[in-house]
Amino acid sequence: MAEAMGFFTDTTVCIGCKACEVACKEWNQLPAENGGVRELSGDSYDNTRKLDGIHWRHVRFIEQFKGPYDGRWLMMSDVCKHCVQAGCLEVCPTGAIVRTQFDTVVIQSDVCNGCRACIAACPFGVIDINPVSGTAQKCTLCYDRLQVGLEPACSKACPTDSIQFGAIAELRTRAEKRVAQLKSQGVAAELYGADPGGPLGGLNSFYLLVDKPEVYGLPRHPELPTTNLAKSGGLSVASAAVLGLLAIVGLRKRRMDEQSRGGGGNV
Amino acid sequence: MSDTFFSGAPHWAWLIILYFFVGGIAGGGSLLAAIVDWFGAPEDRPVARTGYNVAAVGAIISGALLTIDLGRPLRFWHMLFQSANFPTLMFKGWSPISFGAWGIFLFGLFSVLTALGGMAEEGRLHNPALRAVGGAVRGTLAKVVGGVAGLLGLFIAGYTGVLLSVTNRPIWADGPWLGALFLASGVSTGAATLILLAPGRGATEQSLARLSAFDTKALVVELLVLVLFVASLGAVNRVWLSFWGLVLLVGVGFGILAPLRMHAQRRSLAGAARLVLLGGFLLRLATIFASEGIERYRVAAGM
Ligand code: SF4
Ligand code: SF4
Repeated sequence: MAEAMGFFTDTTVCIGCKACEVACKEWNQLPAENGGVRELSGDSYDNTRKLDGIHWRHVRFIEQFKGPYDGRWLMMSDVCKHCVQAGCLEVCPTGAIVRTQFDTVVIQSDVCNGCRACIAACPFGVIDINPVSGTAQKCTLCYDRLQVGLEPACSKACPTDSIQFGAIAELRTRAEKRVAQLKSQGVAAELYGADPGGPLGGLNSFYLLVDKPEVYGLPRHPELPTTNLAKSGGLSVASAAVLGLLAIVGLRKRRMDEQSRGGGGNV
Repeated sequence: MSDTFFSGAPHWAWLIILYFFVGGIAGGGSLLAAIVDWFGAPEDRPVARTGYNVAAVGAIISGALLTIDLGRPLRFWHMLFQSANFPTLMFKGWSPISFGAWGIFLFGLFSVLTALGGMAEEGRLHNPALRAVGGAVRGTLAKVVGGVAGLLGLFIAGYTGVLLSVTNRPIWADGPWLGALFLASGVSTGAATLILLAPGRGATEQSLARLSAFDTKALVVELLVLVLFVASLGAVNRVWLSFWGLVLLVGVGFGILAPLRMHAQRRSLAGAARLVLLGGFLLRLATIFASEGIERYRVAAGM
């Protein structure tokens, strides 16, 4: 396998220009929503609202204001996290979701049958159906570009280098330096998803945040969906055993004497 | 707030709810048919035959519903075989939707075979090919095939809830009881369906009374598991402060408590069975739509 590649997104330098969203849509030829007639959301400058099958990048705007001149903007370009342990890949029943030689996670559109299990499995709400293909789609980390030595369209377009593309090991070093620099300036900066010992074995698209993950719409402890399998399955087997036994006892053939008393003791 | 609120809804709606309901009935009916077949009295045969028929018809409807619901229905077989390496099998033992697809396929196969056996026994098969297949499924073979269909039925009734738990969605993944709950509901609605349909196949009063007595117990188990399920959700229970919470309440009142009362008072078996079916449907409706309706981020941001 080639070296693990991914994104480091430094949210402190994002200016909310959405060049990444546009570059992604253009390169991946993603259709417009509602034929291009879009209603304004009324939520800050965010009319994209969420990641889905035709929005593989989403710039989030968070306004934190106590008064007209007392507050700050947080901006973050969100994308698939290319989880080292990916819930979507884990559950996909057709094998459409694969891990590439770059340690990224890609959905093969010609294999997917649109069952949508991956949508519910992703802890970050990344995937949705693309209405044109009828299949589940999300960021491929520009798998086609990576294969010919190009960097992804979004990071290439980002004018402030808020989105940085590179080898994960190198990106981590860079990110830690940036955190130290911000902390020395009194900014409460933290990395999200950079720790290979953390949730999901680390995220190959990780972030530098200056507030709690929830504020950016990120779960604090993302988990694999199969964490629930043993317990849920075990309780189902237990209830199956109870109901099976009750049924055998209740529906079994009665002895002659019980029957002659009129239908058996359980009626 | 639970981390599940940051995930996206898979748009599993009416077709899937209907599948969960029909699949539960088919699975429960198949289990009860097999138990009556193996352990019951000879006069219970009509109940067993009805159960196997319910299982076969339910399995076919289930397969159809699941296929129509896919974004690309013609690729349904990608769940069973690797599309790029046909005929290599596609199977993930840790993914309920994957092993569930195999479960439904096998359940369909075994329940149809058993149902054909039962119909041949009654002399109701006129097509020669079907009569040949049905005729072969008799005696010990019929019992074994029926037993496997019964066990697969138990699986079908319960795995749907496990499938919901093995996600990252609110309610579904917030507690471990959904598999057990759907299983109990599948068995109680399966029994109710047999109570309604078996008289048409000549079931005796005694058989029906036994079924109804068992349904009482299944409903008690279901109620108990429902309480545990709700208790396990903790703070997430806030989601029930919605229309779907009301649907769940109506489902419990009319679909579990009312039939239990009717059973205790020995009132109309058929009336109680109809209410049990209504309750089983409302239970699935409420659990699916209460979660589906939660818009990501909006709720997360407004915590
Ligand atoms: S963020 Fe979601 S879609 Fe992306 S790899 Fe992780 S689980 Fe899959
Ligand atoms: S929708 Fe497609 S990619 Fe997602 S789990 Fe189903 S088959 Fe796999």
